[in-house]
Amino acid sequence: MAQQNREQWGTRAGFLLAAIGSAVGLGNIWRFPYIAYENGGGAFLLPYLVALLTAGIPLLILEYTIGHRYRGSPPLAFHRMSKPAAAIGWWQVVICFVIATYYAVIIAWAVRFAGFSLGEQWGDNPGAFFEQEFLQLTGQQPGTVTTFVPGVAWPLVAVWAIVLVVLLSGVRRGIEWANKIFIPLLALLFGILVVRALFLEGATDGLNAFFTPDWAALTSGSVWVAAYGQIFFSLSVGFGIMITYASYLRRRADLTGSAMVAGFANSSFELLAGIGVFASLGFIAVSQNMPLAELELQGINLAFVSFPSIISEMPFGASAFGLLFFGSLVIAGLSSMISIVQVVVASVQDRTGLTRVPAVLLVGGSASVISVGLYPTDSGIFFLDVADHFINQYGIALAGLVIVVVVAWFLRGLPKLQEHADATSTMRLGLWWRVTLGVITPVILGWMMWDSLSTEFTENYEGYPTALLLTAGWGVAVGAIVLGVLLALLPWRRQADDSPMFGDDTTEEGRR
Amino acid sequence: MSTSAIVMLVVSIIIIWGGLATAVLHLLRHPEEPESHDPE
Repeated sequence: MAQQNREQWGTRAGFLLAAIGSAVGLGNIWRFPYIAYENGGGAFLLPYLVALLTAGIPLLILEYTIGHRYRGSPPLAFHRMSKPAAAIGWWQVVICFVIATYYAVIIAWAVRFAGFSLGEQWGDNPGAFFEQEFLQLTGQQPGTVTTFVPGVAWPLVAVWAIVLVVLLSGVRRGIEWANKIFIPLLALLFGILVVRALFLEGATDGLNAFFTPDWAALTSGSVWVAAYGQIFFSLSVGFGIMITYASYLRRRADLTGSAMVAGFANSSFELLAGIGVFASLGFIAVSQNMPLAELELQGINLAFVSFPSIISEMPFGASAFGLLFFGSLVIAGLSSMISIVQVVVASVQDRTGLTRVPAVLLVGGSASVISVGLYPTDSGIFFLDVADHFINQYGIALAGLVIVVVVAWFLRGLPKLQEHADATSTMRLGLWWRVTLGVITPVILGWMMWDSLSTEFTENYEGYPTALLLTAGWGVAVGAIVLGVLLALLPWRRQADDSPMFGDDTTEEGRR
Repeated sequence: MSTSAIVMLVVSIIIIWGGLATAVLHLLRHPEEPESHDPE
């Protein structure tokens, strides 16, 4: 009889809050509002819901079921499913490692900007402040490093310290405990921010721009691809996070019910973010007498250029509004960051048999050294932007595509996984689940891949120098695949898979 | 706000937040069974 020694969540609510904390991240705040606005406004709801129900939630159920049935981090879970598939798991581990190194940097910026909100220290020109004073960009060739930026480095060290302390404390006492504080706090802070934003002058103009439906957009294929892309990137599927988190569930766990809650909770926060962000953008458009479309509406520039302008224009309570906004970014980022690093930690633990503390120190130590060495420099934002773009497209999305193709088509594993999910959940999966994963998701992800690859070969991403794209972009994305395969091939002294599975693909004796 | 924007705001809220409420209620109606005799 195997020793049951795998860590477990304390409560179902704890697992759900951690899963929601992982899914709700920076993308919910700075990506969704713009994507919806650009792709039909209010009409975007339709493709968005279709994507949630035909790809997002089915993928969440798939990852939960893999993690729960095979009870392991991605490399171990895929290894148990089929030995060669372990390479997919290791690929996801490398992807998570790369993302962790730069994700922490954005949280560090948000920490500093929460501080800058007190007294609006960015002055009259937040754009120049962010690029020149804060990041110390001097108009040099993107990719060349000339100086180290201590103002980014020290909050970055603090972010890593917080993440590692949480992970050192374990699944229940660290991750679950942190998310039980983070998620209610995030909902509270962001809720207050949205209510305040709704009472700003011009808020209704912003909401008009966000919600007015352009029904003609629904006939455009790119709008539907954008909806699937948003659902895919927003739900934290494709990283192996949900596999890892589900591996700490008890034997009796409502996998489909949990996926419904996590999927709708993530979308609920996105909708709230859309309302808050566009109400605020409506305000700045009115107060600066500019068309809304000419503002910075998404991503890093929305957060670190547009929002400082909004905060500076506030009639009263500006500092508080800044603290709410950047505080929300920090919390949303930390809960996602914790889950990303946990994938790597859990995989190292499962493979080597190391206990939690040395595994966290090994993983956290190496990732934080790279993170602190590379990104607090005057080319940090370029490394970050390029690595993020390529690892998203040719890491997360490509891994998602490979997983559905391998699991559904090659291993024909969906009926077995469906049986497992049905045996432990209250809602039964039907043929629709196998169709969404076996047909709809691979077709859409395949199309997204083709679409983005063809753009890549037509023009340089953001016009960056080819050398930068080849190293920080292609080099990182292709390197992750190669490294994933190599890690799966490495002979190890022992396979530390001695915690029992909840499925029965192999016998107990077969694995020992 | 225009009527169509208000309608889409309300519809989005009802479907997405309503979906969350329904999913949470569904889970609450099916509490986890205690694992007193986990067969290993």
